[in-house]
Amino acid sequence: MSDQLLSLTGLTKAYPGVVANDDVTFAIGKGEVHALLGENGAGKSTLVKMIYGLVKPDSGSMTLNDQPYHPQEPRQARASGVAMVFQHFSLFDAMSVAENIALGMERPPAPRDLAHQIREVSQTYGLPLDPHKTVGGLSAGERQRVEIIRCLLQNPKLLIMDEPTSVLTPQEVEILFKTLRQLKSEGTSILYISHKLDEIRALCDTATILRLGKKVDTCTPAEKSARELAEMMVGTSFASPQRQDRDLGQVLLSVSGLSVAATDAFGTALRDISFDIRAGEILGIGGVAGNGQDELLTALSGETRAPTGMIKIKGQDIGQWGPNARREVGLLCAPEERLGHAAAPNLSLTENAMMTGAARRGLVSGGLLNWSKARDFAQEIIASFDVRTPGSQNAARSLSGGNLQKFVIGREVLQNPDVLVVNQPTWGVDAAAAAAIRQALLDLANQGAAVIVISQDLDELIEISDRFGALNEGRIEKFVPMAGLSIDEIGLMMGGAGTDV
Amino acid sequence: MDINPILLAAAIMVASTPILLAAIGELVVERAGVLNLGVEGMMITGAVVGFIAAHESESATLGFMGAALGGAAVSVIFGLLTQFLLTNQVATGLALTLFGVGLSALVGQGYDTTTQVTLSKMPIPVLSDIPVLGTVLFRHDTIVYLSLILVAAVFVFLTKTRAGMILRAVGENHEAAHALGYKVRRVRMMAIMFGGACAGLGGAYISLVRVPQWVDNITAGTGWIALAIVVFASWKPWRLLLGAYLFGGVTALQINIQAEGLDIPVEYLSMSPYIATILVLVVLSGGRAPGSLGKIFHASS
Repeated sequence: MSDQLLSLTGLTKAYPGVVANDDVTFAIGKGEVHALLGENGAGKSTLVKMIYGLVKPDSGSMTLNDQPYHPQEPRQARASGVAMVFQHFSLFDAMSVAENIALGMERPPAPRDLAHQIREVSQTYGLPLDPHKTVGGLSAGERQRVEIIRCLLQNPKLLIMDEPTSVLTPQEVEILFKTLRQLKSEGTSILYISHKLDEIRALCDTATILRLGKKVDTCTPAEKSARELAEMMVGTSFASPQRQDRDLGQVLLSVSGLSVAATDAFGTALRDISFDIRAGEILGIGGVAGNGQDELLTALSGETRAPTGMIKIKGQDIGQWGPNARREVGLLCAPEERLGHAAAPNLSLTENAMMTGAARRGLVSGGLLNWSKARDFAQEIIASFDVRTPGSQNAARSLSGGNLQKFVIGREVLQNPDVLVVNQPTWGVDAAAAAAIRQALLDLANQGAAVIVISQDLDELIEISDRFGALNEGRIEKFVPMAGLSIDEIGLMMGGAGTDV
Repeated sequence: MDINPILLAAAIMVASTPILLAAIGELVVERAGVLNLGVEGMMITGAVVGFIAAHESESATLGFMGAALGGAAVSVIFGLLTQFLLTNQVATGLALTLFGVGLSALVGQGYDTTTQVTLSKMPIPVLSDIPVLGTVLFRHDTIVYLSLILVAAVFVFLTKTRAGMILRAVGENHEAAHALGYKVRRVRMMAIMFGGACAGLGGAYISLVRVPQWVDNITAGTGWIALAIVVFASWKPWRLLLGAYLFGGVTALQINIQAEGLDIPVEYLSMSPYIATILVLVVLSGGRAPGSLGKIFHASS
């Protein structure tokens, strides 16, 4: 018996027009936390799909515990002790938490026992979850918990985690890391995919770096700086966002006593939120997922209307206005959900550019849509935000998450907003793209716009915002200057109340 | 007015059975995420195959078995086209209806007679002697009982069994089900064949029990009603039972009223089943369609 759990030799997988993985060779030791690093589209997901039996390699071989390992389907992989936490596409909205978990298990126990086990595991690992809730009403953070608990219930030998912490608070991340370290000490190996390089440095023993489908390097992440790791991924160096001192101008957006009832049974009501934001200012809003982030964005964007007097832009009451009217006076928004909310998945980039840019970019003339202007606008976004796509005629869904996010943010930034509201602007986006998006938001503020960043990524908020407030069950108690705020103080502001279910 | 309410209630169960059978089959198909608009075509295929099988073998049982097989056989055409050749489900379903109507007219040539084969009533001992209820509920033929058992069985299957949970998962999000390693196509093919068999039974109930004879286009739109009831019942078996009986009930009632010669225009009476069913089910509605309903599944990864 060697001390290797899983070893991959020369794995290659090609799709028409692109080689997703090219001769990838590495090994994961027993009880090792192994990071897989790479930009969006570097071939990480194809690689883990091969390990999980969803994709068959064109060539190359794998061994698990020194036995040849060729999973034909995920069921076989699970039977061999390989479990996976997915980033997308593996939860069923209309079904309960318990049903979702049962579907990921080979031989689930009776429903009552399962509910009991779920409660037990979720307590042990500090991931509170009600087994009888319908998944459709859960926040992104809670959905992730469903995925994680689904795996933990199977006592896996190898746990594959694709971006597991992107929606957790620092405290929750700490608890998760404790769990993972506990699993590691019990001999479980973990293959960990994340864009958060600090996390990888804190948690992982070894890192394998993929670039354009090829393995480019292996290193011990603790010995490298986050910046070195990022540069190994990208292959070149890039600039981290530069902030400069800005003079604040007049109050652009004024929110006073904003209270909006929850729009659906699973939503959070906004309660008495007040703030002013000035030209040139970046306001950061943190908080655990599901504490009113989506509701705040939709209340500001005009998707839900607010009572009169609560939202004013440059003194004008816009609470009752719809999204298009608000856009015309300079209030633009980029929601969290890229596919389906910020962009229409099956429409082309040109059409998506038309949808929010129509009024401010003058893409409509005489009541008719001017497609050539829309195409120019889309191409301008693609060029200035380095969106990697064959062209503006491609459907939004064909872009990787990071590229689509750059497009969505770019589309709003290039409309010269007076006030821009973004929710989770760099969720699931690789380090280089995230840096570019943050830089764009800083530049926008430098040009005199007011920017509201709602995010669960605290590093991001610390990096770019001037003032910070935390959403807690629909309330924001206070806003404090970001400078000098410690991560513990931020954690306290985000509050314990939001983590109880 | 001398409509006997007890006999009317018993007639309602007979009138509703074809719709109920076809609808419960389609409900399972749609819960698996497949929209098969070919119910009418599968019903009429079942009607003609069932009639011929019963007529030739002089056995109603063999007739219904033949009908179920016939319905399932044409549904396999739909399944192969939509699940393996990835054709559009709406267009394929419509084509299946046109195909079924035409095929049945061709196959049924020379059988446009009445049949001597009858499906005997099967009164349930003891229960059928209960006054009123006994006549209404417990003096029917086996297929009426079968249809009710099927509704209960589908309910139990969908809510209480693992196989049913997998079927719902496939219908809710086929990408996720695939990612977890479930055989989306296999589940869907089985659901489609179940739907075809149920529609076939429903069609044969028309040609062997309600009419009973073979004439072209004998199902006369029953399959479309079944499809509509599945949607209005929010894909829930018990609501589907309510919807089918309500529709069958108002249909039977308005025919009785017409026969009585009441002073209500016939047109209003004829539209009453549709309006009543829609109204009641809209008031009750609140469900949502299976997430992957009608979408093409392409196992790309």
